[in-house]
Amino acid sequence: MLGTPGAVAGGVVILAVLVLAVLAPFVAPYDWNATSQCRRLAPMSAAHWFGCDLFGRDLLSRVMVGARYSLGLGISTVVISLVFGATLGVVIAYSGGQVDRLGVRVIDALLCFPPIILAILIVAVLGVGLWNAALAVGISGIPRFARITRAVTLSLTAREFVEAARAIGASSRRVVLRHLLPNLAPILIVLTTLDLGSAVLFTATLSFLGLGAQPPTPEWGAMLNAGREYVRYAPWTMVFPGLALFLTVMAVNLVGDRLSAVLDPRQRSRR
Amino acid sequence: MNARAVLGRLIGVVPTLIITWTVVFGAMRLVPGDPVLLMLQGTPVSDAAMAAARAKLGVDQPLVVQYVEFLAGAVQGDFGDSFRSRLPVTQLIAGEFPYTLHLALGGLLVGVVLGVSLGVIAGVRPDGWIDTLCMTLALGGLSLPSFWIAMLLIQVFATMLGWVPVLGTGLNALILPSISLGLFIAGGLARLIRNSIIEVMGQDYIRTARAKGLPEFLVIGKHAMRNAMIPPLTLLGIQFATLIGGAVVTETVFARPGIGRLLVLAVLEKDFPVVQGVVALTTAAYVLINVAVDIATGIIDPRVEA
Repeated sequence: MLGTPGAVAGGVVILAVLVLAVLAPFVAPYDWNATSQCRRLAPMSAAHWFGCDLFGRDLLSRVMVGARYSLGLGISTVVISLVFGATLGVVIAYSGGQVDRLGVRVIDALLCFPPIILAILIVAVLGVGLWNAALAVGISGIPRFARITRAVTLSLTAREFVEAARAIGASSRRVVLRHLLPNLAPILIVLTTLDLGSAVLFTATLSFLGLGAQPPTPEWGAMLNAGREYVRYAPWTMVFPGLALFLTVMAVNLVGDRLSAVLDPRQRSRR
Repeated sequence: MNARAVLGRLIGVVPTLIITWTVVFGAMRLVPGDPVLLMLQGTPVSDAAMAAARAKLGVDQPLVVQYVEFLAGAVQGDFGDSFRSRLPVTQLIAGEFPYTLHLALGGLLVGVVLGVSLGVIAGVRPDGWIDTLCMTLALGGLSLPSFWIAMLLIQVFATMLGWVPVLGTGLNALILPSISLGLFIAGGLARLIRNSIIEVMGQDYIRTARAKGLPEFLVIGKHAMRNAMIPPLTLLGIQFATLIGGAVVTETVFARPGIGRLLVLAVLEKDFPVVQGVVALTTAAYVLINVAVDIATGIIDPRVEA
């Protein structure tokens, strides 16, 4: 199903990051948080492939353990957006009438917040921190998911199989779970993968701004923020965490693109 | 689009703005802690001074009164005073705005030039290796952490080569921030323009232009590109959100003054009137820009229904 070389490469990278996220503590050459493993800001060497950071911590180990945070947080945020957004979308579309009209108004208004601004507003309320940043990115994605789910649900409820299910006396619960959800699934899968890349990027961005993960957490965005002051003397502190972040997001986007081409009928004519 | 439709669009802005401002107001009231203590930021004061500060902030009023006063102030562009500098929030934003505007224009320029080039090159011959290469580059632009590419650019062009200054607000110092902001915009734009070009290239008027023997570069340059630009133009309003989001990051990395930097610092320093003002104003700007683009498209392209 992957098909294109880009999507295959993306899949391989995602798999590698996932494996790393699980196995990092066992395969990392050093303890990610142990200082004085080497000279402060030591350059790349045979013993420390990615060099060392300001506190003499091995960067390779930190980048490896960082896979847990970046991908893990990204997935959590998208799950939050998906679960709440899709539920909201189905509920307002299925309720119809005033509920639908009011729901659409509110969703449209929430979509008027530039996404990162909405996430920053939520962090301002929840307070700075790793999980709060993830929660903020997750919440700021809810209106997007709700909007699309509602539109698709509306078009589905007008179809004959839903009408037929209702005609034979199926309960709303049964119609939603057995008839609507399976048909919504492909679009939701596409939306989730397309969103995952930007969710990983967003969460890392908040950490980079100092609003998410705090030191000494080896989250890639936070590592870039920590290395910022010493970039001039030790560029490796910035190159590797950023490269890891870029490759992960690119891989997710490549797979998401391919998935949307395969699963989303509206995209089929394009690619 | 007739005058009535334009008026309708403008009136539709009002409920949207009220809902967004209500969300901002509500969010700021959910912040744990006493706003007066936050305003005083740890300085010990007498009870009388506390009460005076409370009255000045209006937090001794019932929530409904506070809400109405917030909306009344917001409509007049009054978002209170910064906790930190005690200056009016609107004045702070007005002071930072020109820097963000310069950055946004620079980023937009880089983004449009790169995005249009990539999109047109890819779309003219879809599904070939050139198309794949261009679209992979575009996806790369979308996947690049803008703060990372900004740091790389600084390292290479400012620190190592010394071609441009790292800091400052002059035109020279605008080059790197514009590139790092523009790359992200270029990625999204290239994908839009590619699809638009593919659609246009299948139209009858392109076949006609070719049939009358027009050279290919004129077919593309004069006939295809002009028509293919309309759909991406309608999404220009959406790009504003990307620009503002990008400005937050770019201003931080380059230590440039601007609205985005103002917002991040305000969140870190718990300067809530500033957070409230920046979010409320950027959202309002976003809404108004989108309505303006909407109306402009309706006037330029008569096929767009009101």
